[in-house]
Amino acid sequence: MDVELKAITKRFGAVVANKDVTLQVRAGEVLGLLGENGAGKSTLMNVLCGLYRPDEGQIVINGTPVQFTNPGDAIAAGIGMVHQHFMLVPVFTVAENVVLGVEPVGRLNHLDLKTASAKVREISARYGLTVDPDALIETLPVGVQQRVEIIKVLFRSADVLILDEPTAVLTPQEVEDFFGIVRSLRDAGKAIIFITHKLNEILEIADRISVLRAGRIVGESDPATATKADLAEVMVGRPVHFEVDRSGAAPGDAMLVIKDLTVLRDDNTIAVDNVSLTVRGGEVLGIAGVQGNGQSALIQAITGLMPAARGTIRFLGQDITHASVRARHKLGLAHIPEDRQRMGLIPDFTVAENMVLDSYYDPRYARGPQVQWDAVNQWAATAAAAFDVRTTSVFAKAGHLSGGNQQKLIVARELSRDTKAVIAAQPTRGLDVGSIEYIHSRLMAARAEGDAVLIMSSELDEILALSDRIVVMFKGRIVAEFDANVEKPEKSQIGLAMAGVAA
Amino acid sequence: MNGAETLQRPNAAIDLGARRRTRIVGAILILLAAFVVVVLGDAPGDATFRLSRPRDVWVLPDLIVPAQPFIYIAAALTAFLGARQFLRGGGRWTTLSLGLGLGLGVLAFLVWATAGNAFSLTGMLQATMVRAVPIALGGLAAVMCERVAVVNIAVEGMLLAGAFTGALMGSVVGGWGGLLSAVVIGGLFGFILAALVVTYRMDQIIAGVVINLFVLGLTSYVSSQVFAEMRHLNNAPVFRAIDIPLLSDIPVIGPMLFQQNIFVYGALIMVAVSTYYLFHTRNGLRARAVGEHPRAADTLGIDVYRTRYLHVTIGGMIAGFGGAWFTLGSVGRFDENMTGGRGFIGLAAMVFGRWHPVGALMAALVFGFTDSLQQKLALLQTPIPSEFLAMAPYVATIVVVAGLIGRARPPAADGKPYVKE
Repeated sequence: MDVELKAITKRFGAVVANKDVTLQVRAGEVLGLLGENGAGKSTLMNVLCGLYRPDEGQIVINGTPVQFTNPGDAIAAGIGMVHQHFMLVPVFTVAENVVLGVEPVGRLNHLDLKTASAKVREISARYGLTVDPDALIETLPVGVQQRVEIIKVLFRSADVLILDEPTAVLTPQEVEDFFGIVRSLRDAGKAIIFITHKLNEILEIADRISVLRAGRIVGESDPATATKADLAEVMVGRPVHFEVDRSGAAPGDAMLVIKDLTVLRDDNTIAVDNVSLTVRGGEVLGIAGVQGNGQSALIQAITGLMPAARGTIRFLGQDITHASVRARHKLGLAHIPEDRQRMGLIPDFTVAENMVLDSYYDPRYARGPQVQWDAVNQWAATAAAAFDVRTTSVFAKAGHLSGGNQQKLIVARELSRDTKAVIAAQPTRGLDVGSIEYIHSRLMAARAEGDAVLIMSSELDEILALSDRIVVMFKGRIVAEFDANVEKPEKSQIGLAMAGVAA
Repeated sequence: MNGAETLQRPNAAIDLGARRRTRIVGAILILLAAFVVVVLGDAPGDATFRLSRPRDVWVLPDLIVPAQPFIYIAAALTAFLGARQFLRGGGRWTTLSLGLGLGLGVLAFLVWATAGNAFSLTGMLQATMVRAVPIALGGLAAVMCERVAVVNIAVEGMLLAGAFTGALMGSVVGGWGGLLSAVVIGGLFGFILAALVVTYRMDQIIAGVVINLFVLGLTSYVSSQVFAEMRHLNNAPVFRAIDIPLLSDIPVIGPMLFQQNIFVYGALIMVAVSTYYLFHTRNGLRARAVGEHPRAADTLGIDVYRTRYLHVTIGGMIAGFGGAWFTLGSVGRFDENMTGGRGFIGLAAMVFGRWHPVGALMAALVFGFTDSLQQKLALLQTPIPSEFLAMAPYVATIVVVAGLIGRARPPAADGKPYVKE
């Protein structure tokens, strides 16, 4: 089945998400759709799968123009989407999730789960997607959940598969398996649109590449001849430097020492299991791991947001295991949290208010209980300028800034004081290349000043680019450690550790 | 993939919390055993439980229990269960032990209260069923709403509206007309709740409270101002018990389940039907998907808003039917605030019953049991105020909600409005 998008324009209020986009994909090929976060890839695909209606332009299937008013229409037309955030009900079984919406039924509307299971088995056998139809989704690893999503789409007889950032949640080994699946689907005559911002992947899997920037198609290229640097330049609109200057490693004294730390989640299961770590001044320690293996809990225990069940955390020689968040902050611990919208900022507060969330009580900004707004605004303006936070004024709502500027605002607040350690969780998730470069340079500046820097990221490339040492967490434990200054570890080595295969 | 399996760790080290919970349960059981011995230990004579009534077809002999030995044995068993929890409890045993221990405690209490006396067990079970009906129907209404992720605090108001409408319309057009009107009014309030929370995305708790206060105010006003003057408007016929042939002659069970009025039969049928509907039909699967992950349902072409409207309205109709029990199934006239919080207890039954229709019914039976037990004890004139016993089910609910007996998990999207992009 061939699908064509003709001159699609989609607006949200005054914002133009897609402008005049024309794309086509044919049966038996993989079209790579490349673009940065916010370039309009997801919006475009939501138009194609019927969640949004285009303001202009049309969708043409096998030469016939069609109109989708809801996702059901697109499914009926043979278009299936595997969303970046899985659309699976965790407490349902695989079979229940697969048939949801098109359930086989018997007499009295009785759900025919036997037929459903049989059908799931048949599809998994045909495309090599091993899945137990009776397993509960919440018990399955993400890689398997993704296969369920694909089976779900195939069960609806889709001929066009849209894969939205499908590798974001996978380990490097799972990515290889996944590419195998994509190839077998292509060979079975499916048309596949593969959306990503990762250059390596698109060069490996795509038959053709279209690049989207700021809502427009800005280039097409052939993966056989294109290079990473070319693609990056088209995607970002200027030359990009991939390497971070990490020269001059001068690790000093141990500043942050964690010993036998155990942290429990709310439901009393173990998130961090007996972890010991040391971060020295002037070095970057990277924590790699597939999301949900205890990295977040470890960071939150260090920063005081989660209590430690066992073990000790020492910072600058002091025991801070049970210290308050403010006490840790005053000792010089900076925290760039994982989720900027929910933990890093108050989106409805202004830039200035967000800038003093950690220091509003300080005599510089407060006289007794009264906030000195002039001082706050003045300082916020200075800090915003120093950290390249692009905002109309310090009175703008933080929630109205772009993701990159929100993150720079957080970095400005956390780093524009005398810090001793920087704890950064997913510091560049979802940001444009320019902001990523800037934030990386700030983290390296903190390292150069002799701070202990701890970085947690699910992007392995980021960990490899920044870290002097790398530890890998799996099921709450540290399962591997690499010294990048001695010998740069291979991605596959780290990948195996991320999947829990002991080195 | 294989990696994930190779490094699976044994569960032994996991879950420090479970061990703590086990210990707490053990301590509760041992304290309970001590309480039974110290407070209830002095019980001379035998406790006589009547299992049949004089008119019954098959008459069972009375059950005679020597009070003091029974109480000591019950205490010993409870203490044993508690000690076992301390030594090597955990897992499913925790829940089971707590349930058994509490059951033994209640039995010991019953024997102590009846010592040297006689007491009709059959009558009490029959009363249990009757008192459980409005709670079970309130709980079932709440289950229907929360399974599609709408929190329905308004169950109380819907019961009250059903009771009022049943009395008024029952007086005017007769019992069946009254019942039908009650169901329609319940459905109407369900629809209003759905409109407020689904379309206008009002806070679900506040919307529910608004409906409760509105219904309470309106019905109280009408009953004190209008019914006081025109008594013929508040004089509805009552649905009498219908004996089911053969089944109603079974001892103990017969009177409890098969010598009841249409409200009891209706509640049992609705629980069965909604269980089948929610867990074994296409639409039930879709409804649960809407309650767990509305966006996933939406991407599969399921209309989230329509599903919510439909189920909240059906929930309202069930509550309306349950409300009619207060007037058409019991006394035939409406009194101010006569539901007295049964709707809220229904919500507790839903939580206790883990968002399952059968669970809600079982929980309602527990509440109904203590309710009728309290009545009987008042007659037996025990030295402990019966109000204390009446608190027991709510203490149990708090224990359940606090997660002591595993965690009851509500639908994942419960209480959250769905915003279509």
